[in-house]
Amino acid sequence: MSLELDIKLKRGAFELSAKLHAPAGLTVIFGPSGSGKTTLLRAVAGLNLPDQGTIYIDGLDMSVAPPYLRSVGYVFQDARLLPHLDIAGNLDFPKKMGRNVSAEVRSEVVELLELGPLLGRSVKDLSGGEAQRVSLGRALLSAPKCLCMDEPLSALDHGLRQRILPFLERMRDQTRIPIVYVTHDASEMARLADHIVLMQNGQTVMSGSASEILSNPAAVPILGVRAAGTVISVKTLGLDAETGLTAVAFSGGQLLLPDTSHIVGRDIRLRIAAQDIVLAKERPRALSALNILKGIITGFHRGQNSGVMVQFKVGDTVFLARITAYSAKKMGLVLNQKIFAIVKASAFDPAGIGT
Amino acid sequence: MSWMSLTTAEVQAIMLSFWVALGAVFFSLPLATFVAFVLARYRFWGHGLLNAIVHLPLVMPPVVTGYLLLVLFGRKGIFGPLFEVLGIQIAFTSVGAAVAAGVMAFPLIVRSIRMAFEAIDPRLEEAGATLGGKPSSVFMFITLPLIGPGLLAGAVVGFAKALGEFGATITFVSNIPGETQTIASAIYALLQVPGQEAAVVRMISFSILLSFGALLMSETLARRMRRS
Repeated sequence: MSLELDIKLKRGAFELSAKLHAPAGLTVIFGPSGSGKTTLLRAVAGLNLPDQGTIYIDGLDMSVAPPYLRSVGYVFQDARLLPHLDIAGNLDFPKKMGRNVSAEVRSEVVELLELGPLLGRSVKDLSGGEAQRVSLGRALLSAPKCLCMDEPLSALDHGLRQRILPFLERMRDQTRIPIVYVTHDASEMARLADHIVLMQNGQTVMSGSASEILSNPAAVPILGVRAAGTVISVKTLGLDAETGLTAVAFSGGQLLLPDTSHIVGRDIRLRIAAQDIVLAKERPRALSALNILKGIITGFHRGQNSGVMVQFKVGDTVFLARITAYSAKKMGLVLNQKIFAIVKASAFDPAGIGT
Repeated sequence: MSWMSLTTAEVQAIMLSFWVALGAVFFSLPLATFVAFVLARYRFWGHGLLNAIVHLPLVMPPVVTGYLLLVLFGRKGIFGPLFEVLGIQIAFTSVGAAVAAGVMAFPLIVRSIRMAFEAIDPRLEEAGATLGGKPSSVFMFITLPLIGPGLLAGAVVGFAKALGEFGATITFVSNIPGETQTIASAIYALLQVPGQEAAVVRMISFSILLSFGALLMSETLARRMRRS
């Protein structure tokens, strides 16, 4: 299943011009507020009709179809549960509307999102996080061919977000439909995205796999300096007896992380922000940082301010490091130069560690 | 016979009032819901005009409303002959009493339902559409349940108003015992005759009791609506 879209839409002074290909998996649409992310998402669901262009969902032309015929599940920023129904009534609403949902799928979704204890409760007795989980479940129970999520976590506090993210990861890994996920939170994007589409001023300006986009220096102006970095898939090897840290392996070598023993033995995604990497021309000695990677410089990208993004490769993995232009000049960094990258073990943002 | 017990004519007037008010509400509710929906949800040329027309019976002298009803539905009125062909006489019948009461109660019913429509979050209906609800299903299973209390409150307040309607009713359908004499017109008739004080007190007490009950009920429903 996939989503193909090429539309134009004008609302007052705002113009949206978007092209999007979302395969199965989670595609994050990222961009500053006002860049048209929500407008694009609403067009996918048929809540806005584009002035021109086409939308194909699972191979069917849905360009002008009304929302109820599109089979697009939509998770809004606010949960939008129906207050006159209880939780079970909300979850079964799509079925009442004629959507074909088997009892097995229902119990799977209830289990996946741990909704069992909530079923008999009334909408107003739910916390924000619970309500958003029910809203997720309800969208999944509408037999969607595509799932749109509009900043589903933005209304929740940090702690709740951390508790819901694993549910989203499970959902992403267990459904085979395209999920289009709008956010302006970089760590959320890094943790969840399989693919990334960047938007600016109503236009989709760049798209590709998550690791491609996040480590592309040209994407930095839109991603923001803080969001730029690398997402790598690593295998956890286990607790390192000597250091008391968790060792993980990736294609370019090994890294030591703070104790994450709860995820030992699994493949995890790790985000290393460009600003957390320090570069050295020679292998440093007597250093507190434990992770020293050897790489080759593959590109530079000059920022608006005094910074430079240095792109380098360790094995097959592309990293970004943000250093000052002054340092780059002083060190005499050039293309294809050997470089040592230093990453503090404590730099790994637990929020950026996903499965 | 104690002074508290009602005479046959009084029972007749009370029963007739009840049926007339019920009929008035029953038939004006669907139209009032539609008008309230249109007024609450759409902005169009003539919106203010429609709103004014709906509210006219509330501010016009009831006798004018009654007269206009005669002009429209009287035997020699604009639509009267049409209904006569169908075998329905409206003026000077209990059907006419229900029409007059319905027209007078209409603005109150519309107001109550319109407020309910305006209190609903339209984003819930949007959510319903993405869950597979076609517009008619969304209306049936989301909009209608959500305005339910407002609908009921409108019906109750409309019923109370219809029960007490006097001016338009007596102008349009006169004051025929057993046919068009409601509680209000019965009280009016009793007041014209000396020595009927006991009967007047009985009917008035009954009227106050009914109106009070209806208002209490409508308040309770309105409160429940605000809470949800």
